[in-house]
Amino acid sequence: MPLIVKLLVQRIALGLFLLLLVSALIFAGTIILPGDVAQSILGQSATPEALANLRAELGLNEPALQRYFSWLGGLMQGDLGTALTSGRDIGESIAQRLSNTLFLAFWAAIVAVPLAIFLGLLAVRYRERWPDKAISGVTLASISIPEFLIGYVLMFFFGVKMGWFYPTAAAFRPDAPLLDKLDAIALPVATLTLVVLAHMMRMTRAAILNVMQSAYIETAELKGLNSFQVIYRHAFPNAIAPIVNVVMLNLAYLVVGVVVIEVVFVYPGMGQYLVDSVSKRDVPVVQACGIIFAAVYIGLNMIADIVAILSNPRLRHPK
Amino acid sequence: MKDQLHFLARQAATGMMSRREFMGRAAALGLTAAAANTLLSSKVMAAGPQKGGTIRVGLQGGSTTDSLDPALATNQVALSVIRLWGESLVELADDGGIQGKVAESFSASADARVWTFKIRQGITFSNGKSVTAEDVVQTMDRHSGEDTKSGALGIMRGIKNVSGEGDTVTIELDTPNADLPYLLADYHLAIQPGGGKDDPSAAIGTGPYVLKEADMGVRFVAEKNPNYWGDLGNAETIEYIVINDNTARVAALQSGQVDMIDRVPPRTAKLVGRAPGINLHTTSGPGHYVFIMHCDTDPFANNDVRMALKYGINRQEMVDKILNGFGSVGNDTPINASYPLYTEFEQREYDPDKAMFHLKKSGYDGEILLRTSDNSFPGAPDAAALFQQSCAGAGIKLNVKREPNDGYWSEVWNKQPFCTSYWGGRPTQDQMFTTAYLSSADWNDTRFNSEQFDQLLLAARAELDTAKRTQMYADMSTILRDEGGLICPMFNDFVDATSDRLAGWVEDAKGFALMNSYAPHRMWVKA
Repeated sequence: MPLIVKLLVQRIALGLFLLLLVSALIFAGTIILPGDVAQSILGQSATPEALANLRAELGLNEPALQRYFSWLGGLMQGDLGTALTSGRDIGESIAQRLSNTLFLAFWAAIVAVPLAIFLGLLAVRYRERWPDKAISGVTLASISIPEFLIGYVLMFFFGVKMGWFYPTAAAFRPDAPLLDKLDAIALPVATLTLVVLAHMMRMTRAAILNVMQSAYIETAELKGLNSFQVIYRHAFPNAIAPIVNVVMLNLAYLVVGVVVIEVVFVYPGMGQYLVDSVSKRDVPVVQACGIIFAAVYIGLNMIADIVAILSNPRLRHPK
Repeated sequence: MKDQLHFLARQAATGMMSRREFMGRAAALGLTAAAANTLLSSKVMAAGPQKGGTIRVGLQGGSTTDSLDPALATNQVALSVIRLWGESLVELADDGGIQGKVAESFSASADARVWTFKIRQGITFSNGKSVTAEDVVQTMDRHSGEDTKSGALGIMRGIKNVSGEGDTVTIELDTPNADLPYLLADYHLAIQPGGGKDDPSAAIGTGPYVLKEADMGVRFVAEKNPNYWGDLGNAETIEYIVINDNTARVAALQSGQVDMIDRVPPRTAKLVGRAPGINLHTTSGPGHYVFIMHCDTDPFANNDVRMALKYGINRQEMVDKILNGFGSVGNDTPINASYPLYTEFEQREYDPDKAMFHLKKSGYDGEILLRTSDNSFPGAPDAAALFQQSCAGAGIKLNVKREPNDGYWSEVWNKQPFCTSYWGGRPTQDQMFTTAYLSSADWNDTRFNSEQFDQLLLAARAELDTAKRTQMYADMSTILRDEGGLICPMFNDFVDATSDRLAGWVEDAKGFALMNSYAPHRMWVKA
């Protein structure tokens, strides 16, 4: 398997290079933002003396380039640094937050991915008939409504009116039994599922329809294979690549794009941590969150690429 | 019938009958809902506080970046957490006066320059160490040192020396200040063992609760301090949950996930108050929403331009539409009836003719640019649009520019000559004027510079005769109203809500939101 090893090494090296670029971009972004961390920490109660003292203590008087490289150096050794605002170790704070976010994303994915693919297959089976139209209509509507509004609507009906679930995820404790944790995140998971369902469902439907119309499927049918063999041996392998691609994209979204959901449902994940840190100009935390988000995004896309290559003999055995 | 009603009310108050059942039976006896409610709450109060249980509170304003160090507290959540574990020397009382906390009593020299505080005997920190005068001296020192980051630095600047001997602490001031106890009631100045110099974030103090769990910007849990000296604190456990999203906070209260929330949005407050099992509480406080002009920048350097704008704003319309009635009209001074030495004077009204007269007199006929943002106060862009309309009626061309929320406090407020903003207010006139209207104040956000005003402020501090001080503050308010750069259309009420599970809300207590953040301590879970 030397080709696969080479492929992996190439992709990982490219990913790391991309991460480096992203870190520089994030740093530049935080520098451009108006105001600094000292001002944000002290807020309206800032006096010039207190500001000057805090700036000196936080090392904000050093040039930006120097701050960037000292941070990058720490990162190489696995040290994410300490938060400017609270003085706590970022690695420790992020570990808990990240595992919370991954927990939410994991359960949302467990519900959303099989459901989306199942609905996609169902839509293909009843193509252009009412089940297809109903599935498309509902999922497209749910992707078009802003996610915070979906959150509010679910909160109102299932949290306040029916009282089935907690309206917010504030009851979530990382060390609680699994069932309690699932109870606490029921509504955020439902919201996330509604948000990502349409994209994956539509893509599954389109990819399989596309393959089913190819000449070789017709050939396979003509040479007498039954429909199960047609789908299993001929249609499915050719539809894997686009489906995996869109699934990975949505998994990445479940980790990276949940900021609004986390804030609305008061879920203690990375998104909430990032939002607070951006508004307080806590550059090291923003950097750390940004790098982790970028790594998740690049990593999942890399997996999608590799799966696409491996599932396609023409790419697996180039001339 | 009267006896029967009181019997029913007592049953409801002690939990032998549900509130809804009581209201129904009271109605059957011919009592209006409002009267029944009043009767019920008076019975609940009379039944006395119940001890034990858990009170969950949904609060707005917390952030992951917060610290437990009281010196760095800037928001409602940080303040509420300090209230759990810590106490200052003194605290505001319900009537607007001062009550002793760590200090049992205090007295001033005849010229209000030297103050002595007597430390309460036999009280201990939650780590078991007893409180000494030295702890107080060290706490003051930590907030006033050259290199401090404390939010109380502005307060400490007027203090020349703090010394402790036995059980008394003596504070010497640079200039006399009759309001010193009000300054020391500041929540940043919670007394910590050794001044908190070793570990400022240890959350060890003399408060009625002991902090058990702290997850910044997420959740705080505290349990009753068994060795607390006073009778504050009814619930066994208090849990603060940070819910910054308005809709989520209200939903959490309605579903019973929390028992109490702060900052109910004025727009939906009336609906929330009508929901079953929810009680809405409004407190009129010193907080106000403002339009601020720099008195040293053209065209606002001309007082006639300032007066034209002051006559060009419709205050009642702002209270009705921006606050939905949860507030009161302002009078272009930061002072209202919630201050201890308040004098009422003539209310300024919307008057397009006078506005036009002043604008003509000023000779300025260009456009005026007003900057605003969503976070400068709730509904600020809408208020700016209303202002624009009322100004148009007076021939004033007001342009409104919407600025981003992010960076508003560092780039626009206190930098640009005309913008929207808010003030939380202070417990005394002296503090409010010193913070923002003294010509040398750090946050003189209107660039106001009046020699007469500054002199009156210093003179009032040294004046121990209440009648004379009241007159001085009235004069100062008049100066601000007629010459200042402040347009203050409205004072916002604090709007909080509690569920039926709790009792013990004290109406008309002076101070800030949630009974000055003591509602979780003073209310109780109904048996």
